[in-house]
Amino acid sequence: MNLNVDLAGISLKNPVMTASGTFGSGEEFSEFVDLNRLGAVVTKGVALVPWEGNPTPRIAETCGGMLNAVGLQNPGIDLFIKRDIPFLKKFDTKIIVNVCGKTAADYCEVVKRLADQPVDFLEINISCPNVKEGGIAFGQNPKQVEQITKEVKKYAAQPVIMKLSPNVTDITEMARAAEAGGADILSLINTLTGMKIDIHKQTFVLANKTGGLSGPAIHPVAVRMVYETARAVKLPIVGMGGIQTSEDAIEMMLAGATAVAVGTANFHNPFVSEEIIDGIEKYLKEQNILDVKELIGAVNEYN
Amino acid sequence: MSDKKRERVVILENKEIADQIFDMWIQSESIAKLAKAGQFLDLYCEDGSRLLPRPISICEIDGIKNMLRLVFRIAGKGTEEFSRKKAGMYLDVIGPLGNGFPIKKKSACIIGGGIGIPPMLELAKQLDCEKNIVLGYRDKLFLYEEFQKYGKVYAATEDGSFGTKGNVLDAVLEHGIQADIMYACGPLPMLRALKAYAGEKNIECYVSLEERMACGIGACLGCVCKSTKTDTHTNVRNKRICKEGPVFEAGEVNF
Repeated sequence: MNLNVDLAGISLKNPVMTASGTFGSGEEFSEFVDLNRLGAVVTKGVALVPWEGNPTPRIAETCGGMLNAVGLQNPGIDLFIKRDIPFLKKFDTKIIVNVCGKTAADYCEVVKRLADQPVDFLEINISCPNVKEGGIAFGQNPKQVEQITKEVKKYAAQPVIMKLSPNVTDITEMARAAEAGGADILSLINTLTGMKIDIHKQTFVLANKTGGLSGPAIHPVAVRMVYETARAVKLPIVGMGGIQTSEDAIEMMLAGATAVAVGTANFHNPFVSEEIIDGIEKYLKEQNILDVKELIGAVNEYN
Repeated sequence: MSDKKRERVVILENKEIADQIFDMWIQSESIAKLAKAGQFLDLYCEDGSRLLPRPISICEIDGIKNMLRLVFRIAGKGTEEFSRKKAGMYLDVIGPLGNGFPIKKKSACIIGGGIGIPPMLELAKQLDCEKNIVLGYRDKLFLYEEFQKYGKVYAATEDGSFGTKGNVLDAVLEHGIQADIMYACGPLPMLRALKAYAGEKNIECYVSLEERMACGIGACLGCVCKSTKTDTHTNVRNKRICKEGPVFEAGEVNF
């Protein structure tokens, strides 16, 4: 049975990766998960200089989901290159570095710094809803999506994944813009902007007022957007949004994703990424499918 | 390998000891042997609509029988779910998490306020020194008697129904309690007051902080507090409460 999938000519041992921001740089979760088993580890977003992120509380649980407003706290690219990449290199898994910035020049500078580093892909975060500058500001206008993709591609030595926001009228417009800008791969969806109010204190639960909604509550939205995007562009898609079980991952692949990322579910069960790989394998056996790639976009029309 | 374990633990006992406050003993396989005073466990809910584990401080450790005691207050639907668990039922947990209190041999003042009292019991048990223990309650006492074994215990109640009327600092002042080291867990205003007091009197002071958490193991950066110096891990002036904490030397954090 084959679990390998290809993304921009690079082979992943299986389609399961971790979603940026939920897994640090893998060190903490490596106490629970064998990173060697993962298709890829996607790191938390890293910027040119260290970012302190938002004030606390940054986390709020919601029914079947959670809001976060961490605000891309990160140690900056220098420490990341010195500490986090060497850590991940000890494992037999692909490394995807999520890149964030306040300006186009910021993104490009980080991408340049990563050019000679042993990382496999760059994921460009133009969809974080929790920062005032950068992030989603680049991801809600097709012209800007195309422009930032072009800029980043000038300097990128690795295949570029553009990470798209669901907080738009039509995600396929952004997907086409990223494709026009030269993106190699798309990943979607980032979190949906939400809000929670504490009725006893009559104030916002998050210090940032709004946060990004993730978890199983958003899974159907993500499946729908992956399906629409897969039909709108030729690029491979990393599907994510509320994947908590192998069934969710398979659903995402049937909708058109080549690979999937597991995020918030890691908080609910630190072993979940490995369990999802096992579950996909079991499903393929039961279905007599020899190659996981046969699942990609294989959903049939309703009749 | 890891000193953190995920286990399905058996509940040995679970009873309400004060209004909305539950006292639970669990049987672990190995967590109790690894646990230190001041560390916590993450408890997972069975209801799948509640994704995030609940951090609960460790109240007592029995490393020989591999048992742990958790005393928690119902603060929402997750802790309400745990409160309904009966002996013989199971709970999924990971732990031990966080750093725990430094055990030093100095004349100590151990201070707990409200639901910050439980983690101080194991500390009081483990410290081998002169101990003054100050417990602050809104009105009804809990765990008060159990602290008597480990030192001289003073209480403060907000309504004045028992001990000093007021807060823990009022009790410290009223009784003229002296110490070389202070350990404290409780609400932020209490910890702020104690930090200021310890600073004035030049007393070494450790505080245990809490914050809304997601992963509980240091990956998500949800539960940070401000640090006075740049933290070596985060590379900014933030420390992860679940990882570098929950116990901090009061001077290294701003809260």
